[in-house]
Amino acid sequence: MCGIAGLFARSPAVERELGALLAGMLEQLADRGPDSAGVALYRDPVPAGAAKLSLLRSGPEREDWAALAERLGGATVLADHGDHAILRVAGDAGDARTWLSEHAIDVSVIASGQAIELHKRTGRPSALLDGCGIRAMSATHGLGHTRMATESRVTTAGSHPFSTGEDLCLVHNGSLSNHNRVRRELRRRGIRFATDNDSEVAAGYLTWRLLEGDTLAQALEASLEDLDGFFTFAVGTRDGFAVLRDPIACKPAVMAQTADWVAMASEFRAIATLPGAADAEVWEPEPARVYSWSREGVTA
Amino acid sequence: MSALDTPPVTTLDLDAQGLRAVNSALQAAPDGARFAVAGPGGRHAIAAGLHAAIEVDVLGHAGYYCAGMNQAATVRVHGNAGVGVAENMMSGRVEVHGSAGQSAGATAHGGLLVVEGDAAARCAISLKGADVVVKGSVGHATGFMAQTGRIVVFGDAGPALGDSIYETRIYVRGTAEDLGADCVAKEMRDEHRAELAALLAAAGAGDADPGDFRRYGSARTLYHWQAP
Repeated sequence: MCGIAGLFARSPAVERELGALLAGMLEQLADRGPDSAGVALYRDPVPAGAAKLSLLRSGPEREDWAALAERLGGATVLADHGDHAILRVAGDAGDARTWLSEHAIDVSVIASGQAIELHKRTGRPSALLDGCGIRAMSATHGLGHTRMATESRVTTAGSHPFSTGEDLCLVHNGSLSNHNRVRRELRRRGIRFATDNDSEVAAGYLTWRLLEGDTLAQALEASLEDLDGFFTFAVGTRDGFAVLRDPIACKPAVMAQTADWVAMASEFRAIATLPGAADAEVWEPEPARVYSWSREGVTA
Repeated sequence: MSALDTPPVTTLDLDAQGLRAVNSALQAAPDGARFAVAGPGGRHAIAAGLHAAIEVDVLGHAGYYCAGMNQAATVRVHGNAGVGVAENMMSGRVEVHGSAGQSAGATAHGGLLVVEGDAAARCAISLKGADVVVKGSVGHATGFMAQTGRIVVFGDAGPALGDSIYETRIYVRGTAEDLGADCVAKEMRDEHRAELAALLAAAGAGDADPGDFRRYGSARTLYHWQAP
């Protein structure tokens, strides 16, 4: 099943409360998938010339993130959650990725960019939300996911959101049926995968299309041709997020907006927790149509 | 019934009482009772399984399966309804004073479902005898495998209207560009105009002109195996 939620602030008040509001939405959806949870928040962007890395340790031992930051050279730990951490690095995220792949093989980069901070963990959403202090965080926008695993093992690495490029991430409700073939194709083209998860393939697919020069909207349009299966995708971007449902649209999605926020969720009950939801404009996104929100407003 | 005979409205609050208590109260009420249900908050299965001639006003947006399996009751949703509103309705009346999610009126055997706004995909899927009137547009695969009953759409119909339809009659005022397998446009005869006029009146749209609608139904070519 899985549940997904996205929230985009249009007012400073909602920005301040965004972590708490997104947490409230995700908890409403916990029944749709209690295996694992994940949250991506876009907040406190670092200036050009620096980058934020969201790092996950795959091994059983606790990582000494401060020591790793020091070895990385000029990095600082923005948040230490034991199994994962947010680091700020000087210079290019790509260089840091390369260094980490050579010097810290048990650490994987689950997201990177100027603004994105990604947290994920197995277990119910409330454990992640409380454990990482999500409710106290401000953000311009964020995405959340609560997982009921169908296609691969329940692991932190297999939890959503999945990174699809700088400041990009994807959450997925559904299941893809041709993910093995698409993964093989994408590996041939140089896209790397950490799990046998179907949703990671969707993320990798978008990464590949974006590297080929597509806009996010074009990449999503192309996914309608190349990805077979059921999906509602929400993709977080530096400035907002995008939503796409497959042409059959078996997987639910509701969108809503007020003057203060725009939101999407698997079910309305998640949106009902938001301030002013009773008077919000509410609609169901049409199948096979890309919706996106950014600073400029809603486009579809 | 005079105004004096009209029973007072009992207000139930989902936030305070919870879904199970509210539904239990509704299911235990005698004919003629009237209720307002506050705080729906998108909860699922609100006013499901009713089986007496009561009236229920849901004051806000409902989640999945609202008024599912309804018998005899009148349920009005003053907001949107999620997936499967009035699914498997047997009799009575369900009104959505907003838009409906997917599979509205799925497998409903009797009664009338009126959606004031749009209905999403698979509206009236496998319809088994109920009447479904949508005053906006409907999504793809509306009337999929619908067996009997009537579907009325004031706006446009999405792709694959009436795919693999049996004997349900579909009336569309807007455009239905893409018909599903074995669904065809059919002649509007006097009996159909009369049937449609009665449906429009029942849905509170007696001023709409049945002559503006086209009829769709089964070509009946899927009824028997055709050897290739």
